[in-house]
Amino acid sequence: MDRPLSTTTDFTLNGAPAHATPQPGERLSRMLRERCGAREVKVGCDAGDCGACIVLVDGAPVCACLTPAHQVAGRRVDTLKGLASDPVAERLGGSFLAHGAAQCGICTPGMMVAATALLRETPAPTEAQVLDALGGVLCRCTGYRKIIEAVMQAGAPLPAPVQGDGHSGAAIPRLDGAGKVAGTEAYGDDVAPMGTLEIMLVGAPYPRAAVTLGDIDSWHRANPGVVAVLTAADVPGRNRFGVMPGFEDQPVFAEAETRFRGEPVAAIVAPPDLAATLDLTLFPVTWTQLDAVENVTEATAPGAPLLHPDRAGNVMVTGFVACGDAETALSASDVVVEGRYATPFVEHAYIEPEAGYAYPDGDKVVVHACTQAPVLDRDGLQMVLGLGPDRIRIIPTGVGGGFGSKLDMSVQPYLAIAALKTGQPVRLAYSRVQSMQMSTKRHPSELHLRIGATSDGRLKGFSLQGRFNTGAYASWGPTVANRVPVHGSGPYFIRDYRAEAQGIHTHCPPSGAFRGFGVPQAAIAQETLFDELAEKLGIDPLEFRLINALNTGQPTVCGQVFTQGVGIRACLEALKPDWTRERAAAEAFNAENKTLKRGVGIAAGWYGCGNTSLPNPSTIKCGIRADGTVVLHQGAMDIGQGANTVITQLFATALGIPTRRIELIGPDTDLTPDAGKTSASRQTFVTGNAARLAGAALRTAILTRVNAGPEATLTLDQGRIHVSDNGRDHVIDLTELPPDSDGYVLGASETYDPPTKPLDKNGQGVPYAQFGYAAHLAVVEIDTRLGTLRPLRFTAAHDVGHAVNPALVEGQVEGGIAQGLGMALMEEYIPGRTDNLHDYLIPTIGDIPPIQTLIIEDADEHGPFGAKGLGEHALIPTAPALLNAIRHATGVAIRQTPVTPARLRAALKEAGHD
Amino acid sequence: MHYHAPETLDDALGHLTAGNVTIVAGGTDVYPARGAAPLKRDLLDITRIGALHGITRGPGGWRIGAATTWTRIARADLPAAFAGLQAAAREVGSIQIQNAGTIAGNLCNASPAADGVPPLLTLDAQVELASIKGRRTLPLSEFLTGVRRTALQPAEMVTAILLPDPPAHATGAFDKLGSRRYLVISIAMVAVVIGRDASGHIDHARVAVGSCSPVAQRLTGLENDLIGQRPGDIRVTPAHLTPLSPIDDVRGSAGYRLDAVAEQIARAIRAAGGH
Repeated sequence: MDRPLSTTTDFTLNGAPAHATPQPGERLSRMLRERCGAREVKVGCDAGDCGACIVLVDGAPVCACLTPAHQVAGRRVDTLKGLASDPVAERLGGSFLAHGAAQCGICTPGMMVAATALLRETPAPTEAQVLDALGGVLCRCTGYRKIIEAVMQAGAPLPAPVQGDGHSGAAIPRLDGAGKVAGTEAYGDDVAPMGTLEIMLVGAPYPRAAVTLGDIDSWHRANPGVVAVLTAADVPGRNRFGVMPGFEDQPVFAEAETRFRGEPVAAIVAPPDLAATLDLTLFPVTWTQLDAVENVTEATAPGAPLLHPDRAGNVMVTGFVACGDAETALSASDVVVEGRYATPFVEHAYIEPEAGYAYPDGDKVVVHACTQAPVLDRDGLQMVLGLGPDRIRIIPTGVGGGFGSKLDMSVQPYLAIAALKTGQPVRLAYSRVQSMQMSTKRHPSELHLRIGATSDGRLKGFSLQGRFNTGAYASWGPTVANRVPVHGSGPYFIRDYRAEAQGIHTHCPPSGAFRGFGVPQAAIAQETLFDELAEKLGIDPLEFRLINALNTGQPTVCGQVFTQGVGIRACLEALKPDWTRERAAAEAFNAENKTLKRGVGIAAGWYGCGNTSLPNPSTIKCGIRADGTVVLHQGAMDIGQGANTVITQLFATALGIPTRRIELIGPDTDLTPDAGKTSASRQTFVTGNAARLAGAALRTAILTRVNAGPEATLTLDQGRIHVSDNGRDHVIDLTELPPDSDGYVLGASETYDPPTKPLDKNGQGVPYAQFGYAAHLAVVEIDTRLGTLRPLRFTAAHDVGHAVNPALVEGQVEGGIAQGLGMALMEEYIPGRTDNLHDYLIPTIGDIPPIQTLIIEDADEHGPFGAKGLGEHALIPTAPALLNAIRHATGVAIRQTPVTPARLRAALKEAGHD
Repeated sequence: MHYHAPETLDDALGHLTAGNVTIVAGGTDVYPARGAAPLKRDLLDITRIGALHGITRGPGGWRIGAATTWTRIARADLPAAFAGLQAAAREVGSIQIQNAGTIAGNLCNASPAADGVPPLLTLDAQVELASIKGRRTLPLSEFLTGVRRTALQPAEMVTAILLPDPPAHATGAFDKLGSRRYLVISIAMVAVVIGRDASGHIDHARVAVGSCSPVAQRLTGLENDLIGQRPGDIRVTPAHLTPLSPIDDVRGSAGYRLDAVAEQIARAIRAAGGH
C-alpha cells in the first residue's frame, strides 16, 4: 500500500522548486497563500463560484480553492506573479492597464491567469472565446466590457499613451494600476504575516435566538492551543457600534438574544493549523430559536416582537418630503397611474470578503482592514475600545470592492479587541457565507406610488409611500429613509409632491448603504410608471420625460432652485438618436418574429452628491520635500472607482505640475487628514475640491516666494522649482528652506465642505450642493416561451459636470450598469438560503452587452473644475430602463424584481403570450 | 487524518475497505460541501490511478474512466450522438471547473441538477463499480437513487461509465436553462439523442430531463411517441412530462419548470435534427 501523503508536498511553483507541509485536505489556495506566501492567489468564495483563486496546474486553469494541496505534488503550479515573465501575460497586463480592465483589482489575478491560458492556445480570440474562457471569473466592478477588450486586444499594439500632464480631463490609466495587474496589491487578507493567530466567530444559526453561553473555561481547557475566547464580557468599551450618531445599536457580541442569522456571540483566537481543525459546533453555547419577524409586514403586525424597545412598531425612522398638495393635484389630473412594487435584499457581493489584521503597537492598536471609511472605523473603535483617537491607528488595505457595505465596521472590532486582549498580532477573514450573512444589504422595499399628469403631458401630482426592511440594526437605514423622499420624484419638475419612507426593523441582516441608498428602488417604480403614464397620454416616453425634465430655475421637490448645472435634459437629448433608431429596429424585428421579442427602454435618474443636509468635510494635505518631491496625503479611499487617480489629477491641475510627479501617501489615519467616507458619490466632488484647494494653496505659496503671477508655469527638478512667469524665470532652491515636522519645505492643507442647508419638517431646504444626472437606454431580446432575457446593448448618458478622467467615468458607468442589471434580473438575497455565490447570482461576463457611454459636461459651480459625483448615478437608471424595455417588447409591466425567467414567463402567460 | 493518493485501483480499494475515507478527485463538490468545517475523514485521491482516466472504445461501446475530466470529454473526438454529452461538459460550472471536475464525481454527488446525468441517460449509460469483492455494473438510472443518494455500497467506488455504441445515425443535443449565462445551476435541462430514417422521420429517440425531479428522468412515453415523427412536428403534452416532479425553489417554480421544459425538449429535438 502507498504511504499517506500527509507530509511534504514537493512541486514547482512559478518555475522554482517548492515544498510545503499542508494539512490533509488543505486547499491549494491556502497552502499557496499561507505556506508559500503566494498572496496573489485571492480567495473569494472557497466554492469555485468566483474564480479569484485561479492558478494554472500543469498549464490548465483550476480553482485553487477546490484543489487538494497534496494533488499538486510533482506538478507545476503557476500564479499571476509567476506569469510575470511570460510574454503573453506581460502583454496582457499592459493591456489590462491601458484598457482600464482592473478597478478594485481583486478579480484581476484570476482573470489574468485564466486569460493567459486562453491566449496561449488562442492568441487572437474572438469575443465568444473570451467569454467562454472567463465565464467562471466574477468581477463586480467593471461590468466586464473593458476586460473583454483588454483580452481581445492583448496581442495588438497598446493604445497610444495619453500625452501631456495628465491633468483633469485626461483619460490617463489609473495611477495605482500596476500593483493590481502584477498581483502585488495587498487586500484585507493579504497583510498579515503567515502564521498569524486567526480569529473565528461563533454566530447564530437562527434569525432570532435566545443565547446562553456554557462552560467556556472547560472548553478552553480542553483546547489548550486556543489563545483566547472573547465574548461580550471582553469588550473594553461599550458593546455597541453604528455609523450614525445616535444610532449605535449593534453589539460586537450579542448578549442574551441574537437578532439575525450569523450574529456573533463569541470569538476564538487560535494559531492557524489549530484553527483549521477546530470544530466550532462543539463550542459551548445553547441556542433557543425565538419567533422572528423577517419582513416589514410581520414586523409591523400588532403584537410583533420589538427589536429595539425604544423603537415603537419596529419603526426606526421616517423620512418625509412634501411640497404643494399632492392629493388635490392627483384629483385634478387627467390621467393617473398607480403601482405597488417590491424589491428584495440585494447583496454587494464584492469579490473580497471582509478581512483584516491588527496588532498592538506601544500604547496603540493598529488595524489594517478593507474599508471605505477609515476615520469612521476609528470613531467606531473608540466607542468599542473605550480609547481615544490617538490610541487607534487605521491603515486601510487595498479594498476588493465596497459599494457601500464596507462603510460599516465588520472585522475591525474583533481584530482590535483580540489584539489588545492577546497582546499579539491577529487576523480575521470572513468566509463568503459569513460575509453574506453578516454584511449589510440593499434594503428590500415595498413602494406604493400614484402619479398624475394633465393631458398636455405635464406631471401634476405625485405620491410615494415606501416601507424599507432595514434589518436588525440601524447601519445606514436612516440615510435611506431620508434619501428616498428627496429623490423619489426623479429629476423632474413636480409642484405637488408627497413622499414618505419608513425604515422598519426585522430579524434580518442590517440593511445599509448600497450604491444609491434606496434611490434605485424608488427609481424602478417612478420610471416604469412614467412609461405607463406616457402611454396613457399617447406621448412618446422620451418626449414625456423631456416635457417634465427639471430645468434650471425650477425648484426641486425640496424647494431647492439650481441656477446652473441641471444636466438631465442634455442626457435625455443625447439618447434621442439611439432611441429613434433602436425603437424602429425593435419594432421591425418584432414584426418578423413570434417567439423572440425585442424592446427598447429608457429611464433617467439623479443623485445628490454628499451627505444629506449634514456637514461633510474633506481635508487634503500636501507638501514639497527639499528634494523637490511633491507629496499628496490622499485619505479618500480608493475602492476601485479611482479616487487615487482623480484626486491626484485635480491636485496636480491646481498646482500646475504633471500628475505623474505626485507621490501619494496614505490612507492612514496617522498620516492622512480626514477625507471623509467613500460614499454618496462625494469623493470626486468633496475631496476633489479639497485637493484642488490644497493644490492652489501650494501653488500660491510657491508663486508668492518669487512674486510671480498666477499664470506662471512650474517645473520641478532635483531640489529646485523653476518658475517661468511671462518671460521672467525664477528658481527656488528648496534645499535652503527649513523643513517642517513632516519634512516639507512648502506645504498646504485645505478643507472643503459642500454648502447645504437643513431640511424643514416638510423636507424643504438645500439637501445637496450638487446633483449628477443620468439617462440610460436598454435594448433587450426576450424569449417569450422561456421567459429569458438577453440584453443587447446599453447607451448611457451621464452629466458628470466635467469628466476628470473620462476612462474612469466609463469604468464607473459600465460597472454601475452591470450591478443595475443584476438587481433587475437575477439578484435576490434570502437570508439562510442564498448565502453563497451559486445560489445568489450576480452577472457573469456573458451577461453584459456592449455599453456606450455618452459623457455630458454641464459644469457645476461647486464642483472641482465643474465636476460632479458619479458612482451611484451609474446604477440608478439601469433597472427601470430594462423593465421599460421588457414592457416595450412584450407589453408586460413588471412590479417585482428580480425579473427571473420564471417570473417573466408567468407575467407573459398572464398577458396572453403563448 | 490522512491524505491517500494511490496509483493503483487495488490500493484505492484497500483504503476504501479500511474505511472512513472520502473519495476526492477534482474536489469541485467535496470542498464546497465541506465549507469551513474541519476534515472529519481521511481523503482518498483517485486522480493518480491511470486506469481511471480517459475515453476508450471497445467492442460494443465506449468506456469513460471515472476520473476523466469534463474538459477531456468536451474535447474528445466522439460520434454525433455524444454531442449532447459534450455540450453538457462545456456547461459544467466553468472552464476551471471542467478542468478539474470528473464525470464520476458528477454522478456520485447525485445532485438533481447534475449537468452530466441527462445526456448520459440518453446514451443508455451504465455505471461500473468496484470493490475488493469484484466489479458490477448498474444502469445509471438505478445507480442514482435520490437526492444526494446513490446505490454505492460501503467500500465501493465508481471506476467507469460505460456507453453502448449508439445507432450510427443518431445525433445528440443539450439545452440548459439558467438565470445567467455562465456558471449557473440549471433551472431545467434537457438532453436528447435522436436518429432519423432516410425520410427524415425519427426512428431512435432518447429524451432526459434534469432539475425537474429528485433524479433526472428519461421520458419514455415521449420517446415512444416521437418514433415516426419529424423533429419539427413534435408536440410535448403534459402526459409526456408525468415522470417529472419539479419543486419550487429559488431558481424557479415547479409550474415554470414544466412549462419551460416542454419548450426546451422541442428545441433540443429540433437542434439534434439539424434545425
